[in-house]
Amino acid sequence: MSEQYVLSIFRGDQNGGEEQEYQVPAIPGMVVLDAVHYVQAHDAPDLGVRWNCKAAHCGSCSAEINGMPKLMCKTRLDEYQGQVVHIQPMRTFPIVKDLVADVSWNYEVAKKIATFTPVNAAPFRMQQWDVDRVQEFHHCIECFLCQDVCHVLRDHDAKDQYFGPRFMVKMAEFEMHPVDGADRIPQLKNEGGIGMCNVTKCCTEVCPQHIHITDNAIIPLKERVADRYYDPIRNLIRRLTKKEESSSSTVPSKA
Amino acid sequence: MNIETMETHSFDVLVLGSGGAGLRAAVEAASGGGLSVGLIGKSLLGKAHTVMAEGGAAASIGNVDAPDSWQTHFYDTMKSGHYINNFRTVEVFAKEAPARVLELEQWGAVFDRTPEGLIMQRAFGGHSFRRLAHIGDRTGMELLRTLQYRAISLNIEIFQEVTITRLLMDKDRIAGAFGYYREDGHFVMFKAKALVLATGGWGKVYKVTSNSWESTGDGAAMAYRLGGELQDMEMVQFHPTGMVWPPGVAGLLVTEGVRGEGGILYNSEKERFMLRYDPERQELSTRDVVARSIFREVQEGRGTPHGGAWLDISQKGADFIKQKLPGMYEQLLTLGDIDITKSPFEVAPTCHYTMGGVKAHAETCATNIPGLFAAGEVACGLHGANRLGGNSLADILVFGRRAGIAARDFAGSRKGDVVISEREIEEEAERVLKPFTRPDGENPYTIHQELQEAMSTHVGIVRDQKLLEDGLEKILKLQERAKNMGAQGGRTYNPGWHAVFDVENMLLLSELIIRGALERKESRGGHWRTDYPEELEEMGKWNFVHEISPDGDRIKQVPVPIMPPALQEICSRPVAPGKEPSKNLDQRKGASS
Repeated sequence: MSEQYVLSIFRGDQNGGEEQEYQVPAIPGMVVLDAVHYVQAHDAPDLGVRWNCKAAHCGSCSAEINGMPKLMCKTRLDEYQGQVVHIQPMRTFPIVKDLVADVSWNYEVAKKIATFTPVNAAPFRMQQWDVDRVQEFHHCIECFLCQDVCHVLRDHDAKDQYFGPRFMVKMAEFEMHPVDGADRIPQLKNEGGIGMCNVTKCCTEVCPQHIHITDNAIIPLKERVADRYYDPIRNLIRRLTKKEESSSSTVPSKA
Repeated sequence: MNIETMETHSFDVLVLGSGGAGLRAAVEAASGGGLSVGLIGKSLLGKAHTVMAEGGAAASIGNVDAPDSWQTHFYDTMKSGHYINNFRTVEVFAKEAPARVLELEQWGAVFDRTPEGLIMQRAFGGHSFRRLAHIGDRTGMELLRTLQYRAISLNIEIFQEVTITRLLMDKDRIAGAFGYYREDGHFVMFKAKALVLATGGWGKVYKVTSNSWESTGDGAAMAYRLGGELQDMEMVQFHPTGMVWPPGVAGLLVTEGVRGEGGILYNSEKERFMLRYDPERQELSTRDVVARSIFREVQEGRGTPHGGAWLDISQKGADFIKQKLPGMYEQLLTLGDIDITKSPFEVAPTCHYTMGGVKAHAETCATNIPGLFAAGEVACGLHGANRLGGNSLADILVFGRRAGIAARDFAGSRKGDVVISEREIEEEAERVLKPFTRPDGENPYTIHQELQEAMSTHVGIVRDQKLLEDGLEKILKLQERAKNMGAQGGRTYNPGWHAVFDVENMLLLSELIIRGALERKESRGGHWRTDYPEELEEMGKWNFVHEISPDGDRIKQVPVPIMPPALQEICSRPVAPGKEPSKNLDQRKGASS
């Protein structure tokens, strides 16, 4: 008998459910998603799971593997030699079925962000070092693992107060584009809720694309918000000139 | 029958498929005229197979090699397609690609830069100049994400995770589509004045494939059932460099960018074998040639331990590799246990792209069904017998846009109400639920696996009469068994149920691939027959077009459109335009390599 892996996969829907065990023959180099596919093909054809590319490009197969938010296609089973591999759906979002979570909230948030607004027409003259910073944010595959692990969303369910790390990265991507002219600082402070993040860096830790979410996106954006709204000198000028806080036209659109 | 729970929607323009072509079409359709636009995807938004395109988008912008021009791109594309492409499609494509790439920059895509601060372009197989605008090795994702955020900022109603099982007609014109939400299985019907098919290819019919689960050819199969014409079905592209080891990742794509950035192929005897097969272009020969060369080396006993060739880019150094190919570095490291900055790795051909598909008009993407347009991998006409790397990303931009415009025009001028037969809907709803009445029926996953085995064995990279005939027999038997496919469980997110329809579509298209391959008694591009090893002039005059008719399926031999003299002149040149030695142009302007 060849080597076997033991998977314990959550089966259920909004009415509840529990983990069920499945045995899967080991194949060299196999990933968790391969094993889930094996179970689907042999034991449970109706096992709900999302996946597309199986190459860590699409960000569909997000799940919690032995408690850690991960992509199933990028997690090798030989990391779990001798252990039962527990697979659960992302817990921050409502469940649809089995490993499939309802991530539609993220798509609602995406619609709220002021999109890229170039100040002049392409072709743009930008040096590689000008774009290195934003290109990091473009690596995001929208797997929503950062949203899943963010305690503001996960433990406090404050989805109405904070867009979450994914959309801080998206806003940073537009905001730091050398040719962008829109002002997203009021939105970051208010509706986006950037102040909710208290920089525990859990999102950075789980990012399969290794984006430095906290250091390179959230903290610089927090600084821009602070510059705008909490700079004492600017506050003084504002008081003297009696400008409204929300009057974005009186302050430079870019930090 | 749960027809009473059916949701209905009505749009002027309905786009099927939310990959690059579909998004581009929807963006265009929504950008003028105040028409209502719906966009349907089988997956979540932004997850489509477009993300797997890595190397870049081909466009003769000439930022790196100034002498590049649309004429050279035209020359390269026709040559690579072995001249069975529709010349007009290629001409439109080569002329418009640069504008479409710049438009993406305008919408927020951030391409790698040249020292002058312009869009960087890299070398790729079969392209005479460095032509692929790229973002590291994740260009497709950038393109898709850019279009995705563009689309959500417009007035487009987006339906995610909806499977369409049938296209609907109103007499002789398109009328809409019927399907269900994957999330809970409830039915949905879309009425549409015009419909754009952008449903991608069917690479999932092969066992070793770089394609995602979605590439099951739904759009092509549904159009065919309505009488749509499918062309060049025998033309399937095998990408030379898929991962080989470990088995868990076999077939996973290694971007052509690795060779574009200087990667070298060796056989087990450390010989740079591409020098023998294509001394001029070597590793950067076209994909059909490189894939066949690797296959031959393995067959003749010079393969790597797991039956492939060695690809080595380590000589370029770790910094360069991590900057230009970060995704590949990470992919090989985490999934293959190989550090490509230090050592060579094994590669072998993997199914990558279907050149054939729904025959589409060169300028409007119109099919033979009024109101139905096709763009992207599902369409046929641009790539001929072999697609050039980087041409598919440019394809979806150029023809996605054109299909959007044509659909908008068609919908705007269409008179009268769109009428859909209720009876047809009821029949389809019943058919879709049928698998649940056979919980002990055939397992769709098993049928799919056997289909993939049969296709890989009988109509893979190498073909002959006997192989094809035996393959056809297997597929026809599988089609019989498939009639009894069953589903267990309920309608909520049930992949086993969904697979039934995917497998039906794949079985249909597989049969057409084999029938087309039997018909084309020669070797050309991606179609290699050992019993007819030569490319034949006579065969080059024809495209094979499949259509369903009252007397059964048939294959028509349709003449390849004949180029006007000015384009013929371009193609007949001994070297690509701009490559003439006498000109002695400095082509290295701003290049990084």
